[in-house]
Amino acid sequence: MRIDGTAEVKVIFEESVSGRKGYSLPDLDVPAQELDQLLPLELLRQQAPVLPEVSEVDVIRHFTRLSERNHGVDSGFYPLGSCTMKYNPKINEDVAVLAGFQSIHPYQPESSCQGALEVLFDLEKCLCAITGMDAFTLQPAAGAHGELTGLMLIKAYHHHRGQLDQKREVIVPDSAHGTNPASAALCGFKVVEVPSDARGNVDVAALRQVVGPQTAALMLTNPNTLGLFEEHIEEIAQLIHEAGGLLYYDGANANAILGVTRPGDMGFDVVHLNLHKTFAAPHGGGGPGSGPVGVKKDLIPFLPVPRVIQEAEGYRFDFDFPQSIGKVKAYYGNFLVALKAYTYIRQMGPSGLKAVAENAVLNANYLMEQLKEYYDLPYQRRCMHEFVLSGARQKEYGVKTLDLAKGLLDYGIHAPTIYFPLIVEEALMIEPTETESKATLDQFIALMIKMAQEAIESPEKLHQAPQRLPVRRLDEAGAARNPDLKWS
Amino acid sequence: MHYIPNTPQDQAEMLATLGVSTVQELFGEIPESLRLRAELDLPPALAEPEVFKLLRSLAAQNDNAEDVSLFLGAGTYDHYIPSAVKHILGRSEFYTAYTPYQAEISQGTLQAIYEYQTMICNLTGMDVANASMYDGATAMVEGVLMAGAITKRTKVVLPASVHPEYRQVLHTYLALQGWELATQIDRDTAAVVVQYPNFFGQVDTSILALAEQVHAQGALLIVVANPIALGLLKPPGEFGADIVCGEGQVLGNPMGFGGPHLGYLACRTEYMRRLPGRIVGATKDLEGTKGYVLTLQTREQHIRRQKATSNICSNQALNALAATVYLSLMGPTGLRKVATDSTQKAHYLYERLLEIEGVTPGLPGPFFHEFTVQVAADPEELNQRLIEYGIIGGLPLKRFYPELANQILFCVTERRAKEELDYLAQVLEGLL
Repeated sequence: MRIDGTAEVKVIFEESVSGRKGYSLPDLDVPAQELDQLLPLELLRQQAPVLPEVSEVDVIRHFTRLSERNHGVDSGFYPLGSCTMKYNPKINEDVAVLAGFQSIHPYQPESSCQGALEVLFDLEKCLCAITGMDAFTLQPAAGAHGELTGLMLIKAYHHHRGQLDQKREVIVPDSAHGTNPASAALCGFKVVEVPSDARGNVDVAALRQVVGPQTAALMLTNPNTLGLFEEHIEEIAQLIHEAGGLLYYDGANANAILGVTRPGDMGFDVVHLNLHKTFAAPHGGGGPGSGPVGVKKDLIPFLPVPRVIQEAEGYRFDFDFPQSIGKVKAYYGNFLVALKAYTYIRQMGPSGLKAVAENAVLNANYLMEQLKEYYDLPYQRRCMHEFVLSGARQKEYGVKTLDLAKGLLDYGIHAPTIYFPLIVEEALMIEPTETESKATLDQFIALMIKMAQEAIESPEKLHQAPQRLPVRRLDEAGAARNPDLKWS
Repeated sequence: MHYIPNTPQDQAEMLATLGVSTVQELFGEIPESLRLRAELDLPPALAEPEVFKLLRSLAAQNDNAEDVSLFLGAGTYDHYIPSAVKHILGRSEFYTAYTPYQAEISQGTLQAIYEYQTMICNLTGMDVANASMYDGATAMVEGVLMAGAITKRTKVVLPASVHPEYRQVLHTYLALQGWELATQIDRDTAAVVVQYPNFFGQVDTSILALAEQVHAQGALLIVVANPIALGLLKPPGEFGADIVCGEGQVLGNPMGFGGPHLGYLACRTEYMRRLPGRIVGATKDLEGTKGYVLTLQTREQHIRRQKATSNICSNQALNALAATVYLSLMGPTGLRKVATDSTQKAHYLYERLLEIEGVTPGLPGPFFHEFTVQVAADPEELNQRLIEYGIIGGLPLKRFYPELANQILFCVTERRAKEELDYLAQVLEGLL
């Protein structure tokens, strides 16, 4: 509650006072000409755009207040499965605001940006070493963009072998992230879904039924979205390759495999990574990300241009790849995000990255072990960096997974990913990451156990959650039925 | 490693709970044949002061616009970013948050996006804006794909005056789906795309009559607009645009060697359900308090999978926040001043350069804050020489237009002081 008695934060437009200003710019220092002498009068705006007229203090208070209504990794535990909400080291932020990185233009002469080119070149090498691939492009802006790029490369590969007419299908497991089928469809492929087996692996027998000469690729996440390692990956790779298809690795979340195993060694031909997950660049409230794509040598000719190469005189961009798919984004990718990932990799080194995988997997298994008595665990196996519980037992008492999620919010803990993957009823997907301590995990376990008891003893408490946040449960159906998408 | 809090004691206790004696046992389901035997082939770990020193030395190898005079534009612009923008962007409640799926704990991000959507609509004259796209190029691509879905047609008219990289990206995407690039509008045209101001910085009144021609053929008009210019120029909504998109980097985001930037995408209400990506809507909670949620999600990949309007998931939320803070600070008068001062200074430089022997006019017509001139020298060699004087010159157009081999595209923003413009003219005079 504020001094004006409202719980709501006004929209910034409502703070506007005519004539108030929040900027300071120098007076024009060249002789002013009449604007209609410079630009056609008919093209000049007749009415100023409606924007807030507020002071700098107003702006700072407004957005600070909004920030207080947000939960980030720095605010508290954020076990959002498949999102790898690890701590984002502060040094990375300091590096990314250096003028030598922030205030450089993508078209300035290569001789004047050798440091930036070296970052791109070295990062590509590091990602190759981590994944076992032969080359990377840093151009894709996010994970889904990387998927699309990877599928474009696969399409180009089949095209250049004269087999594209035949290679029409992309196989996607039923546990896959929604971007997988969406990217395949955008790329013009037919999506074929393959079920999971009782252990949570791809059902190899079912896969055999759908693999054939029409198979362009199989998209696989490993560990998969259940947090389980695909035990038959070598057999699957052989199956796909024998059919002339390629194996695509959705490496959005590669925390569990760092220094332990590599997609390149598992038989994958194309890989994308999310630098904003595994490599500690922050998520920014939904972006910017960075989704580099790595390939085996047969696919190198198709990578987007330009590529950075090293010569005796230094680094330069090379555009001369006639078989390239072209460009998927203007310029060279989300450079400042890639820079944070590069800083992280250099600070962690091989030993640090391996420790990431070990502690991420240890933390996840520890949580799973302590919680499986209180919640259903659909797959009784070792998990990797995350695991999926089911709230089916709580649902019998009328408490849905959504209620459990909202209950956690009241304790300053972000909810796990819920209702995903789709193949688990009332799914709760939990990923603690390596940057949480045992003490935090123990608190979370105690809270989850308390909620499991509440679900039985006083389910209405969870139905009422959240109660301690700026807003109670919001009417999402109403928002979609009567869209109010801008202030007026 | 100081980002991993578990001590050996913690690890031992956790392993005991799990009934195993080593962490390696937890990886037992990974086939032996796939386990790495050796360490990753990476440079050894560095301590924080070492890594900062390394990165600072790499940064120092780049000439940056704080230290040199930059005259490049071509889609990425060096406008002043107020300190207040940087301080709000530094609030880790914003930058360390994920996508606001849990609305009640993400009201800050959600309300900021709602304000952003409003500002984009007000600048462009559109009814609905989404929460952001990757960049200007991909926003334009999504606009074209939208037009294809709306008109059920697969032909697009795309003039050479649209940013060459945007055209390249569109080409990459359209090659996937059997689209055709055309030069004439006809009954098969899904959309006509124009850039405003165009890649060469020009504005042309013919744009005012374009919508009528486009709509007469049942096609949509897509305008790729620079939002700074929209502080001064007529919004595309007023001359019949159906979709407006473009690059929002100019609104409080650094150039950053080309990314992360900010794609924006807006349209008329009738096309709202075809708009890709995240959209925030205002609603009420169960006590009637106003709040914000992600809405119209049945368009999106996490619900619709292969039937979604796009595969986009992560966008450029933090860059959109920067744009929102920037526009809040600038307001209508500040934005107009940035646009006007950039225009005035660009024209001042244009006239100064034309006084030099060896510099002649490039493409004719009125321009905003970028212009082309022809030089009696190799533009790339000229740029190499300018670096010695602490100047990063304009873009040699032959990079994209071989027929414009001796032309340079110069940009002047409000950040360039008159002395810098005079100095550029003076140095060029000596070199030509």
